[in-house]
Parts: sequence; structure tokens; C-alpha cells
Amino acid sequence: MSILNLFKVALRAIAANKFRSFLSMLGIIIGVAAVIIMMAIGQGSKESVRQNIQQMGTNVLTIRPGAERRGGVRRDPSEMQTLKPADFEAIMKEKKFVTYVSPEVTASGQAIYGANNTTTSLYGESVEYFDIKQWPVVRGEEFTDEDIRKSAKVCVVGKTIVDELFPDGTDPVGKMIRFKSIPFRIVGVLKPKGYNNWGMDQDNVIVAPYTTVMKRLLAQTFYSNIVCSAITEEMSQDAIDELTQILRTSHKLKDDQENDFTIRSQQEMMETMTSTMDTITIILVVAAAFSLLVAGIGIMNIMLVSVTERTKEIGLRMSVGARGLDISNQFLIESIMISITGGIIGVIVGWLGTYVCTAFGLPTSIPLWSIVVSFLVCTLIGVGFGYFPAQKAANMDPIEAIRYE
Amino acid sequence: MKTDKVVIELRDVRRDFIVGEETVHALRGVSFKIHEGEFVTIMGTSGSGKSTLLNQLGCLDTPTSGEYFLDGTPVRKMSKSQRAKLRNRKIGFVFQNYNLLPKTTAVENVELPLMYNTKYNARQRREAAIKALQAVGLGDRLEHKSNQMSGGQMQRVAIARALVNDPAVILADEATGNLDTRTSFEMLVLFQKLHAEGRTIIFVTHNPEIAQYSSRNIMLRDGKIREDTENPNILSAAEALDKLPVQQD
Repeated sequence: MSILNLFKVALRAIAANKFRSFLSMLGIIIGVAAVIIMMAIGQGSKESVRQNIQQMGTNVLTIRPGAERRGGVRRDPSEMQTLKPADFEAIMKEKKFVTYVSPEVTASGQAIYGANNTTTSLYGESVEYFDIKQWPVVRGEEFTDEDIRKSAKVCVVGKTIVDELFPDGTDPVGKMIRFKSIPFRIVGVLKPKGYNNWGMDQDNVIVAPYTTVMKRLLAQTFYSNIVCSAITEEMSQDAIDELTQILRTSHKLKDDQENDFTIRSQQEMMETMTSTMDTITIILVVAAAFSLLVAGIGIMNIMLVSVTERTKEIGLRMSVGARGLDISNQFLIESIMISITGGIIGVIVGWLGTYVCTAFGLPTSIPLWSIVVSFLVCTLIGVGFGYFPAQKAANMDPIEAIRYE
Repeated sequence: MKTDKVVIELRDVRRDFIVGEETVHALRGVSFKIHEGEFVTIMGTSGSGKSTLLNQLGCLDTPTSGEYFLDGTPVRKMSKSQRAKLRNRKIGFVFQNYNLLPKTTAVENVELPLMYNTKYNARQRREAAIKALQAVGLGDRLEHKSNQMSGGQMQRVAIARALVNDPAVILADEATGNLDTRTSFEMLVLFQKLHAEGRTIIFVTHNPEIAQYSSRNIMLRDGKIREDTENPNILSAAEALDKLPVQQD
């Protein structure tokens, strides 16, 4: 029998038992809707984490001294003195995929203003740091290239520092604070960022020109890190390759020598975070997928009933010339139609359900592939669970089938 | 009417069934030939093997031993699918309980065998089905559904379905068994008309009356042929129908 006729026959059989067909579809509808909603919630949460990280700049690259992995003893990278001003100059001269570069030196200690003090971190950076981190100064202004050249004792501070050192609400701009007995004049206050995903207060920070921190505070000639930004997130890898090349040349490394530095992208960081979300999503989806499995068993059950009920019809079809294959195709197409129709309705219900979740404040986002996958799964269920009943029908003895009452 | 062409030939056909530990011999060596254009009744009581014989003739089953030639084709070694195709092209079945598809129109029911023959497209199927329905006198009920028809009409649809593939032989299994006397005679009139048109008909029944209207009668008993007689004096079913008292409803 031609495919078109098989579809007509299947459609007629489904129409003849509307309620029953609907009930067996219901399992598929619920299963597919559940999978889609779970995926939407998983994907939505992932995207909200991604957005959080994006605020910190997804195109940020951090160069650290020392290889990431080395057999045997690993030295503390902060003791390594491999990142030098020469590297910075080389990068500035040759960069193509990198927009902003800032050498970074860090120190931690106590900041004091009058009778108030707080423990904080001091970051020595270049002016481009604010562009790299997309972190604007909201009061006062950034320090300048001039300040860097002169190693001026100026700084911008985060909101937490303001809160701790100026609890009475005085304007911090222009005030002198001391960090490890070195006085710094506050020129600006950074936009509050809040806590990051690891629970760290990102506003408990003082940023000063790196030259100042290196010369006047730490008396060192090397950098702790170099932070850069790639032109776009997508170009991160190109930027990493480029920086690797520049630094290898600058460090005069031979081909067989390992890198004596490590470049980490914010992207990697994000991948670590989102992989956790992925695990949660997978668990949710697997749970929902089980309901699809149960739905498939429901379809098999209905198809078995349907085959038994239509024994006589099968006998008739066989006696007028239907082969086993014709009969099994007929029932297979019927079960595929039930499961695919259920799948389509399930996608719609899942879509609506996702809107409801969004209305209740859950972050959601329907990945398009989840719809495609649901469709494939439904077809598979139709074939998989329809196969046994179809075989049962195809293997009937026409003599017994036609006389079945 | 009867030609020299042999449509059906059985050579010492035996069929054994194993029921539990026992072997039941349903057919114990049946041999006969049926020529094109014959109207044969096969009679026998229940247990005589007539259903088994019908299954053999209809290619629904194969003999344990012996050989069956349908229109010259040996059937015994055929696979299930091959037999399905053979049934589709060479045999028209008429069953006791009509076996129409429920909620389906007369035309669609008659089209059914052609659905399994890829040589026919939708238009040819419909044309053939309409022609067959006109031949059984249902030209005006093409789109009636099976549940809107009387028993006689349903059996006519079933006969049309058996005709639609222009089979080598029409196999009727107690085709009048579920019908009242008048309708039964109407069916016999129809069968006689088909016979007159040169069709080969095999009519399996336990009703001895029907043998009078056929051209040949084969009597089965205990899996063997007891009698095989030509009927020199075929009664007209149409005349018998006229003589029946008109029903007073």
C-alpha cells in the first residue's frame, strides 16, 4: 500500500477512536512539555549566570606568570618574576586582536582614613583597566596616563571602601587615605558591582596606577599579571594565540620549551560556571524524559488493544492481499502519528508553560534544538513502541483473524 | 460457460494439524480439477474438512503434502507474502459475515483489494470499484457507509469487492448463511448471473438446497471427497425467488 494511503488509513483509525487516541497522546504531550519547560528553565538559568559573568567582561584575558601545569613541584606563580615591562611594551607594539592592556600588581593590607580602617586589596593598574573591566567611575574621575608616568599617589576606590572609611557620608573624593603607610589621594569612586558568583565583594578594592604600586609600595620590577581584553568574545582565542606568540618571542623561548606563563580567558571561567548549570539541566531533563518513556509504554498499550480489537479487519486485509509488511506499516504509521501529534501539541503546551514560568519570575529560554529533539524522540517513540504491536498484527494468521469474534 | 482451461487443480492434498499430542487429519488426500466457468458447491457437515479445503483453495494455508495449482501456479512452497500477492490477483473472497470495514463507504470497501495492488492509481481504483458495484446492482449506493446498509446490501458490497480485482475464482464461504431466505435467493440470482458471465465460482456451504443452483457439487466427508457430481438440471434462482411468498410486514 502506498504511504499516502497508509496515512489515510491511520488517520481514519485515530479519528474513529478520538478519545482513546487523545488519552494516549496525553502522555506524550505531558512528557514533551515537561522536557521543553525543564530545558527552558535550565537554559534560562544558564543564560542569567552568563549575563552575570558578561558584566565582568567576557572578553577579558589574564596573563599569569608560570605554566599552568608542570610535572613535579609547582612553584607559586606569584614568586615568579617573568612578566616584565618589556612584555607589556611588546604587547602594546604588536597587538592586533587585543584592544586594552593593563599590567597588574596586587597587594593586600589595611586602608586607613582618620579613625577608620578596613582590610582590602590594592590593585595597581593602567588607565585601560577601567575599559577592560567595563567599570566606570561614578564620582570624581579616573586617574590619568600622566599619573601613571609620574607614579602619582592617587587612587580610585570601590563602594565598600567608601562605606567603611567614610561612614558619616563625607565625600571621599579628594581625601587622603593611607594604605600600608603610603598616602593615596582618592580621585574617584567606582560604580558598585556587588558580590560576584563566588560570594566575593567586588567593591572592596582600591585601584591605583601600577607604577605607583610597583615603585612606592612593593619596590618590584615585575607584574603579578597582565590583564587584556580581546576585541570581541569570539576573538578571545585569536587574542590568546597572539599574546602567546608575543610573549614567547619576548621571553626568547625555544620551540621545545613550555610557556612560562598562562593565559586564562573569562570565557573559560564562564564555561566552568555553566557546566554546573548543565548538570542540573541534564538531571531535570532526564527526569522529564522518563515521563516520555512512560508515555511510550502507554502508546504501546493502546496499540496492542487496537490490534486485538481490529483482528478481524487485519484478517480481511490479509485475505484480500495485504502482506505482513503492509499490516505492520499500517499500525506503525498509526502509532507514529499519535506520538508526533502528541509531540506537536506537547511543544505548544511546553511553550505556553514556559511563558507561565517566566511570568512567575523564573529565567527561561527555549533552546530551538529542544524542539527538534522532542520531535525526533517522538518519532522514535512511535516507531519503538509501535513496533511490537505492529509485529503482532503482521504475524497474525489470516484464517484465525478473519473468524475472530 | 465451462471451458477447457483448468483454474484449480488439487493433487492428493493432505492437511494435518497437530493438536496437543494428537495429529488430526483434516484432509486425507483430495484431488479434483475445476475448469474456468464452473459454479461448484462444496458441501459437507462441520468436521468434514470443508473449511480446511476452503483455506487451501484460498491460499490462506498450504497443504502438508500433495500439490495445489491455482491458475497453473503451484502454491505449496510459496511464502506468506507470495501467497498474499496471489490472493490479491487471483482470488475474490465472500465471507459469511460480509467483513466490511466499519464506517467506510461502499466504494472504499470495494477498493480495498486494489489498495494492495500498486498497478492501480486512485482514479483507476475508484472506476473499478464503481464498475463492480454496478455489476452487483448497487450503482446507486456508492457512498453509503457499511452501517447504513441492510445485510443483503452489505453482502452485495462484499461480492463487488470479490469481483473488483477480476479474480480467477470467487470463493464464497457460507455467503448466504446470515441472510433470510428471500435475500439468500437474491444472492443466488447474483451468483448465477456472474456464472452466466463466465466467472468461476466456488461456494462452500452446508445447505444442500444451494447445490441445485450450481453446475457441480462436491461432497466432503471426513476429509475425503464422497461425491463429485455434475448437475445436469440447474435450477434458476430467479424463478425460485419469484415463487417465494411476498413478505407481509
